[in-house]
Amino acid sequence: MDLFLQLTLAGLAIGSIYSCVALAVVMIYQATDHFNFAQGEMAMFSTYVAWTLVGLGAPVWLAFLLAVGISFLAGVIIERVIVKPVENAPVLNQVIVFIGLLVIFNAAAGWIWEFTIKPFPSLFPEDLGFKSTLIGPHHLGVIALTLGVLALVFAFFRFTRVGLAMRAAAANPDSARLVGISVGWMLALGWGLAASIGAVGGILVAPIVYLEPNMMAGVLLYGFAGALLGGVSSPGGAVLGGLVVGVLENWVGQYVPGGSELKLTFALILIVGVLVFKPAGLFGRVVVRRV
Amino acid sequence: MAFLEVRGLEAYYRQTQALFGVDFVLDEGSITAILGANGAGKTTTLRAICRMVRTDGEVVFDGQDLSGLSTERVVGLGIAHVPEGRGTFVRQSVEENLQLGAYTRKNKAEVAEDMESVYGYFPRLGERRRQQAGTLSGGEQQMLAIGRALMLRPKLMLLDEPSFGLAPLIVQEIYEIMARIREREGTSMLLVEQNASIALELADHAYLLETGRVVMGGEASLLRDDEDVRRSYLGY
Repeated sequence: MDLFLQLTLAGLAIGSIYSCVALAVVMIYQATDHFNFAQGEMAMFSTYVAWTLVGLGAPVWLAFLLAVGISFLAGVIIERVIVKPVENAPVLNQVIVFIGLLVIFNAAAGWIWEFTIKPFPSLFPEDLGFKSTLIGPHHLGVIALTLGVLALVFAFFRFTRVGLAMRAAAANPDSARLVGISVGWMLALGWGLAASIGAVGGILVAPIVYLEPNMMAGVLLYGFAGALLGGVSSPGGAVLGGLVVGVLENWVGQYVPGGSELKLTFALILIVGVLVFKPAGLFGRVVVRRV
Repeated sequence: MAFLEVRGLEAYYRQTQALFGVDFVLDEGSITAILGANGAGKTTTLRAICRMVRTDGEVVFDGQDLSGLSTERVVGLGIAHVPEGRGTFVRQSVEENLQLGAYTRKNKAEVAEDMESVYGYFPRLGERRRQQAGTLSGGEQQMLAIGRALMLRPKLMLLDEPSFGLAPLIVQEIYEIMARIREREGTSMLLVEQNASIALELADHAYLLETGRVVMGGEASLLRDDEDVRRSYLGY
């Protein structure tokens, strides 16, 4: 029983990181109808920025906050400079831009910081003042912090004027312009926010998977699986999907014979399964298009 | 100079030209109707004023030349567009739709006041304020679109076929409310309609558009009494 609880709690912790990535992906999907395949590599790059700041002597929390802030600005700039020029281009062009971004970030990180694996400090102290055999301090911190961040993000979208404007701009750009919303800037803001949320995920996962340029490849895949499972049209669903994927991943690794080798395969099966049997995901809306 | 002055307005959808030099004026506080058949360029005229299509020619609003401005900037000058198809934010609540209408305004107290006044004009929106806007009936969505425009405290409202797809009784109701809005707020309105008879009842002036050109214009009563207009557009 203890093992089961340990697996589940650890799964929730890693799942909450998938949730961050899933939410970042869904935010951009809602506004642009495209998956940002570079989301994971952007998060990885943000994590290197934090690592560099720590190396320069910044306390790890300060490095975390700075990296999240820098990621926000970088996200805005990427949208303005790279994504905006192709916003009316055919789908394939946009996908290629996203894949190009992925490759650029991956190669740039390898070039700047080399491909050697680096340890990354946890944001949370080893000693929390109490001991638990069920969950480690880092995992516990991850769950608390991501839930806090996600709650903030939802409050922002739900209760602020700019959050409402961002939702409006994503849902109905023409009408949004007609009430005076600058849709272009809302998109850029969305990219900034997504980059920040991704950075949170990257910095939290780095102490677990270690820092290296390919560290987000698996995480992004699980994030996609979570987003699809919850429904790409539902941010709340994507968060829940990420958590479910994290837990399932751990269960599969333990209870399915040979499962620990098949964890990534499982994510792919989940993606294909959802796309085949329930393309809108668990909480998504089925969108009917008139043609 | 007139409140809104449109001179030699041309509009293009990609290579296709939709307006060929449209001229008209609108006086402050007045209601001007643009009539015409399908494809005459009525909607395009409104979209051109809001810079939603590629345009050429001159649009001067309240002394300011609108050429080169973005749609958001035009809205910021106090021009509220009630678009074709109503432009409802379907997943947002009625109240959020109205809040969005006031997006460019800073004074929260005034906005709250105006929201109550919109609910005063359209009590049915007040009853449904927490409801998702996409679940409203067509008539209610049209009311919401007009309410959203009012939330800007506009100096000029552009209304694109407020009668479209609605039952005659609802159309009557909406037009009565529009008359009341003009009376109370003094808002100028540029109204595009296929339903010429009801538009000419409300409007002070009217222009007739045919394939992207103004072919006739003047007092609304003048058009109402014109033999050709009556036969082609009023149908009696």
